[in-house]
Amino acid sequence: MRPLTDEETRTMFEKLSKYIGENIKLLVDRPDGTYCFRLHNDRVYYVSEKILKLATNIAREKLVSLGTCFGKFTKTQKFRLHITALDYLAPYAKYKVWVKPGAEQSFLYGNHVLKSGLGRITENTAQYQGVIVYSMADVPLGFGVAAKSTQECRRLDPMTIVVFHQADVGEYIRHEDTLT
Amino acid sequence: MGRKLDPLKKVPRGPGRKAKKQPGAENELGKILNDDSEYKRMSSRSRQRASRRRKNEEKASVKKPEPKQNGAATENLQGKRKPVGFSDDNAEWLKPVKKMKKEEESDEEMEEESGEETLDQEKSDGEEEEGSDNEKPGALDFSDSDDLQDDFGGSSEDDDDEKEALLPIEKAAGKQKKKMQREKAKEKDSDIQLNVDADEHFTLPTSEEIEKELSVPLDLSGVQDRIKDVVAVLQDFSNRGGDRSRQEYLAVLRQDLATYYSYGIFMIETLSELFPVSELVDFLEACEVQRPVTIRTNTLKTRRRDLAQALINRGVNLDPLGKWSKTGLVIYDSSVPVGATPEYLAGHYMLQGGSSMLPVIALAPQENERVLDMCCAPGGKTSYVAQLMKNTGVVVANDMNADRLRSVVGNLHRLGVTNCIVSNYDGRQIPKVLGGFDRVLLDAPCSGTGVISKDPAVKTNKTLLDIQRCAHMQKELILSAIDALDAQSSTGGFLVYCTCSITVEENECVVDYALKKRNVKLVPTGLDFGKEGFIRFKERRFHQSLRLTRRFYPHTHNMEGFFIAKFRKFSNTVPSTKEAAEASSTEQTENTTEETKEVTTEGGQKKNQKKQNQTVAVKNQNQPAKKQNQNSPHKKTQQKPGKKQAHGAFPKKQAQKMKQKQKFLAKKKRKSK
Repeated sequence: MRPLTDEETRTMFEKLSKYIGENIKLLVDRPDGTYCFRLHNDRVYYVSEKILKLATNIAREKLVSLGTCFGKFTKTQKFRLHITALDYLAPYAKYKVWVKPGAEQSFLYGNHVLKSGLGRITENTAQYQGVIVYSMADVPLGFGVAAKSTQECRRLDPMTIVVFHQADVGEYIRHEDTLT
Repeated sequence: MGRKLDPLKKVPRGPGRKAKKQPGAENELGKILNDDSEYKRMSSRSRQRASRRRKNEEKASVKKPEPKQNGAATENLQGKRKPVGFSDDNAEWLKPVKKMKKEEESDEEMEEESGEETLDQEKSDGEEEEGSDNEKPGALDFSDSDDLQDDFGGSSEDDDDEKEALLPIEKAAGKQKKKMQREKAKEKDSDIQLNVDADEHFTLPTSEEIEKELSVPLDLSGVQDRIKDVVAVLQDFSNRGGDRSRQEYLAVLRQDLATYYSYGIFMIETLSELFPVSELVDFLEACEVQRPVTIRTNTLKTRRRDLAQALINRGVNLDPLGKWSKTGLVIYDSSVPVGATPEYLAGHYMLQGGSSMLPVIALAPQENERVLDMCCAPGGKTSYVAQLMKNTGVVVANDMNADRLRSVVGNLHRLGVTNCIVSNYDGRQIPKVLGGFDRVLLDAPCSGTGVISKDPAVKTNKTLLDIQRCAHMQKELILSAIDALDAQSSTGGFLVYCTCSITVEENECVVDYALKKRNVKLVPTGLDFGKEGFIRFKERRFHQSLRLTRRFYPHTHNMEGFFIAKFRKFSNTVPSTKEAAEASSTEQTENTTEETKEVTTEGGQKKNQKKQNQTVAVKNQNQPAKKQNQNSPHKKTQQKPGKKQAHGAFPKKQAQKMKQKQKFLAKKKRKSK
């Protein structure tokens, strides 16, 4: 377990800012204590300092997880967000997409969101903007990338993809082993 | 209130939905009928007639001998009567006399009627009364005499008149009454018959018979019947008939239960030591059915009401779990898989058995505490702890099995728990690494005898050795759990020990062992239901406070079999009683290292406090230390017998054997490592 290097911090923050923009500041400066990012087994954990101190007692090979896992660095040093980060992404999300109840299940099985399943979308979402996907009952289901801008979405045929799938909560079951 | 008795409605007999009669209904019915007859006999017309008759009687009393020379009809009647036993001797009281009077009377008074009657009698020569026209001729005499007996002061002639005056419904009632009486009599007979059947003693099959049974294909219903019979006999043993001993009956019962429920004979024996026979059958029966699916609301993300509404919309039929749980829901049936709804994936609830919520409720973790869950997989209890702490403080979730930890991590993230550290230590190593916990939850690995409905393999594959192995491991774990606790904690110092096993070896024995070995005491679990733990079991005697522990069974509480004990640690020192002093020196060194580690691992703020604590601890230690010194010459000489006494409750030999076995096991483990 170690703090992130500058390089790693930059790549990660770049990725995060695609979804939450400048709200990233709120993650770092929290009123309820110091929180920090730590790298452990190539994974980035977001954890309170208090917990961190206790965790330092635990041997590296015995420590499995602490706090919340945000994602992992691939072998090529790119950062990949995990679905476990959703709890922190959803409240600060700038651009959101709501899917209809019928399309909910399809998204949870790892499919892209089609125009037919699109319930609502935040105004002026740009193309390839990171978006958080919600159900119509405002339950966060995952995140992805907008395939089309809001303007384009208005006149599309029902079978075109609107949001590319990146991660969904179905992964808690599908990828339990590789999640963290 | 209750069912209204309608004398006219026949209660259907025989098996049927409403076949059950209210007890004592017959008596009630009888009363009503009698009342009715009394009433109705004195209708206004009959009263008029009665007064007229009385006048006539006065006249007739003079003519009494006359009727003997009456018409053919009366002759006929008399002829009928005679065989019943009318003679001059009993002429005074026997009623037929009055009948004759009636004839004469009717001659005088109601000619038509009597004419009718005679006609009737001529037509159907067996019948003399209109009222009884449906009855068989054979029953005639009987019913007549019945009437005579039932007269309430009135004459039979009265009766006859009344019969005419009676409404059809009343006639029907009268008939029914008679029928009832007959049936009652019959019933009594059959009752007696039944009693005879029940009293017929069940005879125990001999060993040869049982052996013979083994050669032929199994007859399960026969076995079930025999189980019932034997249980009945055992419950009323003095009236069993025959001179077979209780042991023989029990042996047959065990064998039958083992075959019927397909248990290993060892499991049946273990269970039959825990329960009386009738309860044992209930337990085995309850183990055959699955417990209802229960879920726990994740209050970190939603409220129970919202969750229930969302699930109902998905076609799930559910109910609150019980008044002891504010977050639990029972699921009766569901049109969608409960473990894969969007709500589940979004972490709004956790699938968790009712019994595994109880230890966390007993633990009652407070906010900003430091809590350890020693054997956490698959994370249900851990997430519940974090939920009760509202994601504050620290929860250390530990499990020995790295593979099972994946599900823990998954569940914790899904449920949005952020205050958790997941580690992969052997529980026994924990106090060397971490210490000073306010609360510890130890859900020890066990033989799983309480969750047979979940895992039926337990029925056959557990042996005494398995249970002893579990018990040994549990004793080690409970000591290290206690060592990881901080007795000086302002809010806590509590340990909850629980297993999903119901054997005494894995529960009460372990708790008793911990009480002897460490400065802990049992405190009430805070659960207002469940059965008290055993304070004596077979040859073992446990500490009185084991009453405070709780046992849960599938047949009494409709949840998995479970055991919960809550300790409070009242001193950080390890007691150096005789036994402890005589215990192997390695253990002592271990403990001392633990204590020093504890101090070093503490944060800077706590250090000062800890030092103070230590000084107190040293003071406390002084006295036992002195004793130790005094005893030191003894100690060496007594060492061997002392070791034997470590398991005080056992007989010496057994204890020795156990000790040896445990040593052997421990060695094996070390080697394997």
